[in-house]
Amino acid sequence: MTVSHSEQKVEARVKGGKTMPPPKAVADGAGGHDPAGPSESTPGRLRIRHLLGLEGVRREDIDLILTTAESFKEVLDRPIKKVPPLRGQTVVNLFYEPSTRTRISFELAEKRLSADVVNFTASASSVQKGESLRDTVKNILAMKTDVVVIRHPCPGAPHFLTRTTDAIVLNAGDGAHEHPTQGLLDIYTLWERWRSFSGRRVLIVGDILHSRVARSNIWGLLTMGAQVSVCGPTTLVPRPLSELGVEVFTDINCALEAGVDAVNVLRIQRERQSSDFLPSLREYSRLFGIDAARAARLRPGGLVMHPGPMNRGVEITSDVADGKASVILDQVTNGLAVRMAVLYLLCSGPSPAAVGTSGQ
Amino acid sequence: MTARDQFALVGRISGGRVIDPGSGLDSPADILIDERGRISRIGRSGSGASSVESDGDVLDATGMIVAPGFVDLHVHLREPGREDEETVASGSAAAARGGFTTICCMPNTEPAIADQETVRFVLDRALAAPGRVHPIGAITRDREGKSLAGIAEMVAAGAVAFSDDGAPVGSAGLLRRAMQYSRMFNVPIVEHCDMPDLSADGVMNEGLVSTKLGLRGIPPVSEEICLARDIALARETGAHLHAAHLSTAGSVEIIRRAKAEGVNVTAEVTPHHLILTDDLIARDFDPLYKVNPPLRTRRDVDALRQGLADGVIDCIATDHAPHAEQEKDGEFDLAPFGMVGLETALGVCVKALIETGLLDWPGLIDCLTRRAARAFHLAAGTITVGSPADLVLIDPDAQWRVTPESLISKSKNSPFLGWELTGVVRATIVDGRLVYQDFAAGSSLSTAARRERSVTSTAKR
Repeated sequence: MTVSHSEQKVEARVKGGKTMPPPKAVADGAGGHDPAGPSESTPGRLRIRHLLGLEGVRREDIDLILTTAESFKEVLDRPIKKVPPLRGQTVVNLFYEPSTRTRISFELAEKRLSADVVNFTASASSVQKGESLRDTVKNILAMKTDVVVIRHPCPGAPHFLTRTTDAIVLNAGDGAHEHPTQGLLDIYTLWERWRSFSGRRVLIVGDILHSRVARSNIWGLLTMGAQVSVCGPTTLVPRPLSELGVEVFTDINCALEAGVDAVNVLRIQRERQSSDFLPSLREYSRLFGIDAARAARLRPGGLVMHPGPMNRGVEITSDVADGKASVILDQVTNGLAVRMAVLYLLCSGPSPAAVGTSGQ
Repeated sequence: MTARDQFALVGRISGGRVIDPGSGLDSPADILIDERGRISRIGRSGSGASSVESDGDVLDATGMIVAPGFVDLHVHLREPGREDEETVASGSAAAARGGFTTICCMPNTEPAIADQETVRFVLDRALAAPGRVHPIGAITRDREGKSLAGIAEMVAAGAVAFSDDGAPVGSAGLLRRAMQYSRMFNVPIVEHCDMPDLSADGVMNEGLVSTKLGLRGIPPVSEEICLARDIALARETGAHLHAAHLSTAGSVEIIRRAKAEGVNVTAEVTPHHLILTDDLIARDFDPLYKVNPPLRTRRDVDALRQGLADGVIDCIATDHAPHAEQEKDGEFDLAPFGMVGLETALGVCVKALIETGLLDWPGLIDCLTRRAARAFHLAAGTITVGSPADLVLIDPDAQWRVTPESLISKSKNSPFLGWELTGVVRATIVDGRLVYQDFAAGSSLSTAARRERSVTSTAKR
């Protein structure tokens, strides 16, 4: 194991107190050479204290997260992947919904940053039975937790935590509201290739009504200057969306004709069929499924994304999911880097006071 | 002998601006009250200033409005069943603090007020209350929406109206029977208009804000379809339909048309629907804003205000809905619907209706008194010689800040916490008894030695 090695190396660096080295220095401590990156000159601080959603998050903050994530992504390619900035900090992953990839991604990001990690998993049914979030939160507070990562079926549950604890709160998905780290990793995946969003159009296809991924993507992409369009059945695309500056399509051909640089294909839940949002998945697939013919109508170099897990043959065909335009596995890798960046930046605190001493 | 008898008797209220929409009175006048707590004379202010017909206190109402005690057709008192949240007595005390002397309590208790014994139980508890309390009986047995409750027996026991509030009567056939039956007693059928399969598991208004927040929506059409159905049944049966807590612009138009047609329908609106909008939920998902029907949009608020000013909506009712602190402190999705409203109603209505120029003081008082009482055929809401002295003294320009400590209700789930409200209730009088007073804020209420007595006797309770 290489863990102890990297931890020892960095101990001296962290001694100074709450000041955290920027990713450049972090990488230096762990590996020994400087990664080139935009974050090199400015050890920035986020304006936000928590990451509850991408609505209202400023462009400078997203820029900082993207550049920081890029530095961390470089770290992930090294033989020693662990860096020390969250050493001594306790992160609790509070998951009230079944989740595999998001939970693993967060846990790995936290461990790569040397945080102490606690996992709390409750079934959604126990929430309904009145297992009080309020009481759970009080317990967490009593354990002096620094950071809470929460996934919860109720929109606003992370906001509730910010009202009731001093911990830094990261929303890992709250009902149909937002999933900001997913939005950020989707944006990162595009930014990595495009660098600029001006003149780029991203099409989100599927069940927008129930999708926190769609909401976070919409807010983040609009802030970054992209054009955003959505396409899905009228039962699953809320009409007020157009008031947010989003183009709304119900015909996939029209949506593609407008010129699309990336299509983000959302998972369609099977229960939408039983609750009459859809007559059948077959009809959905026929109207909105992304197959090779539709993918071929993307602009040159167009990308295909999916937040996972996929229903192959329903919202996306296998040849597209595994094809050349697909960046679906990149999204997963980038998720780790983006979550490391967000955790690192939030734990550095919004205070500008630390900036002067961090350039060691 | 009721709880009221322990409060000081008022003999005379002098120097106030007496506003009684029922008689069209709006002028400085003195009100004299006899030993039995009835109004014995309404005289020109200052005339025979020394004459007092009982040994009751003299209240100096100079600079204040003296109005009929307010009438609230829609409160939840939680007794029997949830006495931790409110009781008949505590709710009545909160009402008095808000200027209400008569309140009608909804039957969604545990057990429901759905038979004569429970009606009697509530009326028995009301003996310990400072104000008047009229139970509303359930339309259906156990409020289950399956078969008719004992309406005639409940009328005989004292129920003044019938409702399955919290939900509509789902079956049109059953509601039709209830309406037909209710005509024998001339009692209103009060409907909480909502189509359960349209509002489904919604938690807020469906629209732009719910789209942003990912919260499940309750579409305005859910209320409007049920209201239209109920009006069609009222038209056909001739029964009196009272539509509870209208919340949408569309509902106002539906009532407007029905009234123009001559349908026997009345309607109420809550103070919160006259001022709050759904975007407040976006601040931080605070369950204090969760209420059913939900807070709607600015356009709806404007239409409701106009509907009230036009007389399309008959009156203001609070839908005072107490909830325990722990139930409103958590996830928005899981919190119960409802907010307390008795104590903030006046100040909120001043903001929504007087400060906007839609109504003047007599107009607002009308909505809180005569127009409410008339909708339920209650003998209340006016200042009449020979009638019980149910009165409120309002300091129209004084301000107060809403805090949990300032509320008398057992529950503090008010969306107006932190608000600065104009219009302070200085005294509430029921049956000639001073059941609530707010002297501390420095008004020149009671005179001479009687002041001492009234202060101490009220403080004793």
